[in-house]
Amino acid sequence: MTVTDNTERPGSPRAVPSKGARERFADWLDLHAAHVFIWPAVIMILVFSIFPLVASAIMAMSRIRLRAGSYQVRFVWFQNFEKQMFGSEQFHFLGTFAGMSALGWVVAIVVTALIVWWIQRYVRTSFTVLGFTGRLFTWSLVLGIGWLAAATFFSGHHFGTLGTTLFYVIIGCSIQFLIGLGLAFLCSMPIRGRTFFRVVFFIPLMITPIGVGYAFRMMADTTKGPFSPAWQWAGLGDFSWASSAWTARSFIMIGDSWQWIPFIFVVMLAALESVPRDYVEAAQVDGASSWEIFKDITWSQVVPVAATVLLIRVIEGFKIVDLPNIMTAGGPGIATESMTLHSLFAWRSLDLGQSAAVAYLLLFITVVTCVSFFNLVVLKRIRA
Amino acid sequence: MKYTALGLGLGVAMATALPATAQDYNGVTIEILTRPGPVIAQRLVERGEEFTAATGAEIRVNEVPFAELFQKILTDWATGTNSIDVGVFASGWATELVDGDLVEPLDDYIAADSKIDIDDIAPYFREFNQKIGGQTYLITVDGDFQMLYYRRDILEELGLEPPRTWAEYMTVAGAMHGKDLNGDGEGDFGSCIFKKRNAQSYFAMGSIAAGFVQSKGTGEGIFFDNDTMKPKVNNEAWQEAFRIYKATGEFGPPDELNHDIGDTRGLVQAGRCGMVIDWGDIGPLSIDESGAAIKDKMGAVIMPGSTKVLNTATGKLEACNADNCPHAIDGINYAPFAAFGGWAGAINKNADDKKKQAAYDFLSYVNQAEQSNVDVTMGWTGYNPYRNSQLENTEKWIEAGFSPEFAANYLGAIKDSLNHPNMASDIKIPGAQQYTGVVLDRELARFLAGEITEEQATANIEEAWEEITEDFGRDSQKTMYNLSLGITN
Repeated sequence: MTVTDNTERPGSPRAVPSKGARERFADWLDLHAAHVFIWPAVIMILVFSIFPLVASAIMAMSRIRLRAGSYQVRFVWFQNFEKQMFGSEQFHFLGTFAGMSALGWVVAIVVTALIVWWIQRYVRTSFTVLGFTGRLFTWSLVLGIGWLAAATFFSGHHFGTLGTTLFYVIIGCSIQFLIGLGLAFLCSMPIRGRTFFRVVFFIPLMITPIGVGYAFRMMADTTKGPFSPAWQWAGLGDFSWASSAWTARSFIMIGDSWQWIPFIFVVMLAALESVPRDYVEAAQVDGASSWEIFKDITWSQVVPVAATVLLIRVIEGFKIVDLPNIMTAGGPGIATESMTLHSLFAWRSLDLGQSAAVAYLLLFITVVTCVSFFNLVVLKRIRA
Repeated sequence: MKYTALGLGLGVAMATALPATAQDYNGVTIEILTRPGPVIAQRLVERGEEFTAATGAEIRVNEVPFAELFQKILTDWATGTNSIDVGVFASGWATELVDGDLVEPLDDYIAADSKIDIDDIAPYFREFNQKIGGQTYLITVDGDFQMLYYRRDILEELGLEPPRTWAEYMTVAGAMHGKDLNGDGEGDFGSCIFKKRNAQSYFAMGSIAAGFVQSKGTGEGIFFDNDTMKPKVNNEAWQEAFRIYKATGEFGPPDELNHDIGDTRGLVQAGRCGMVIDWGDIGPLSIDESGAAIKDKMGAVIMPGSTKVLNTATGKLEACNADNCPHAIDGINYAPFAAFGGWAGAINKNADDKKKQAAYDFLSYVNQAEQSNVDVTMGWTGYNPYRNSQLENTEKWIEAGFSPEFAANYLGAIKDSLNHPNMASDIKIPGAQQYTGVVLDRELARFLAGEITEEQATANIEEAWEEITEDFGRDSQKTMYNLSLGITN
């Protein structure tokens, strides 16, 4: 016998009055809100970020030729990277290795000793597996770059696009940071015409890098540029900045600095102006010197912002391409060629595999440098 | 009145020059991609307006930076985007496009075209520059090869003759260097040859090397061994050319290492250069407003040659004799280098038939003597002579502002080069840009900057060229290379 129970028990689904389609959809949305909100963003990231990353990884491991209506792709695994690191492009990417000088050996040993000291200090004080794994990348990169500098720069041999890029990043960003911070500090003080200076110092940031490149190239032209009479007058008519590797690199770095100092300036100015006046005034009342006030109060207040702005500038610095392309086209020789320009030249000649391989090497170095800097400097300062 | 007459004249010229199918192309739009104007592009725009008025076809000239031009055309055609109907680019680049079956063959169009007068096009451009594997794929709008230009007035003053060899070039450059060549009271330069990286330096290098490397005719080639496709670069001939190229800097502007062709031409027009290597442009540029300092003061001559040539078996230089230098004159082997080859138009094979016909008719219109014989006399167009009628008739050049003496001298130098049986061809195989534009250019720049010796440079080039050849396939590259050298004058 089948018993039909028509009574509706409280709490059972049938106890709820039936809903319309709209309400049911609203309920479903409530239930899946997390997914509904997150997936559009995930899809966007997949399409615009992850997919190109995967596609360029495939390109970096292939030789690609364009044919009628199709691509001809030949998978070559790590041959493109091998060519850059150990093959015929080694001199171009890493530099020329032709024996290490005594100074080179000293530098290499000092760098190695520092890394060993750093490792044992970390293992003794605050060892975690994750932290150790992450630091392995940092140590490897620092050790590799240290040995590279020892074998090329400190041994009197030419370094490649990696060394040139690091020059723009390390020396360039340091100069930009120091001058930007100095100008910001000056403009944060009650001096006459500071509003005028704030506007003037900010202008270069708004000029396109191509414009900056052409302007600097013209200004530095001793033969027929607008400042040619000035160069002649100074007795430098026969001087050619573009003929020597270091003057060419320095001119490019000056152009880059001229454009980017305002970025450091504007951010640091905002940070300096947000330092509470009462702290400073209290210190002044206590008889602290200007240097003590800057060191112990102002600097400690702005250091998280300073670390962050430097990080952003370093990331940008790794991508420098416009200025060396316009001012020297990478010359003399390969002296001013950055890694991005190296990749661009390969891409222009449709050597897409090599171009992608160089871009990936740049990505690896940038990520390891910036993540290390963020973890070891920025986070540390913010936490402090 | 003058303009009315000019307009009438233009109308008559167009009526006779345009194809029989004129006025058939209403609603047809031809998208052309080329380098930024005014050089090359601007004249296409102006001729396009005339073509539109006569046929109804709209001509749109799109411009991209030179360094990206080939890559844009190749990707557009290869991926089936087909937003470009005509590419106007370096003739040497076409081999790779033809290899990918992307370019419309033009022999049938030419056969049906009564206006183009194909036999008037100089043999080198007609049989070599426009053709790949014996079939015509390109229509020339500019004929390119390099010559040596010198200051006629200064040489006369010094009692010197134009140089015939590179040794003589160095002597003459040394004699002129430091003299005030433009009357501004400052010392000027004996030699101006652009040396900037990633610009045009490797073309000048080819011009210097050709006379040392190639002696037996165009079919010999200067880049590879025709049988093995082994690079013919790691030898004394190229090394000597590297040394000469660097040595010319001794008599050049201080920042020559950062000078491209534009910088060099600026100095030439300002009257600061005693000698210069350039394409045909210096002639028309010397009668330009901005060239007032050198107006009627320039002379042109075939590129200097060499008394020694390469023995390919030993890789050494040997003195010229009747056997190894069959085309030598007074013991000097000349090999004028068709650097870049010239700008030419190619039609997208996948465009629809009516567009292809309209595109061909437009290229034919620009190429026809009626138009091109005027265009080549104007320096700003960037168009250099490529038709016999442009060389034989000095009238249009004199009308344009040349003195009869310079017109005869300039056209004579062009004829000497174009009709030379030992004219050297630029590289015209897949990967040409990688072989010369990247590898040769980079090693040359490193050598000029003092990073490496000439021996290291040529060894590096050989290794990198071998890699590129292996990558593209040795056999197919060899076939393409031999096809590209198949026609001799």
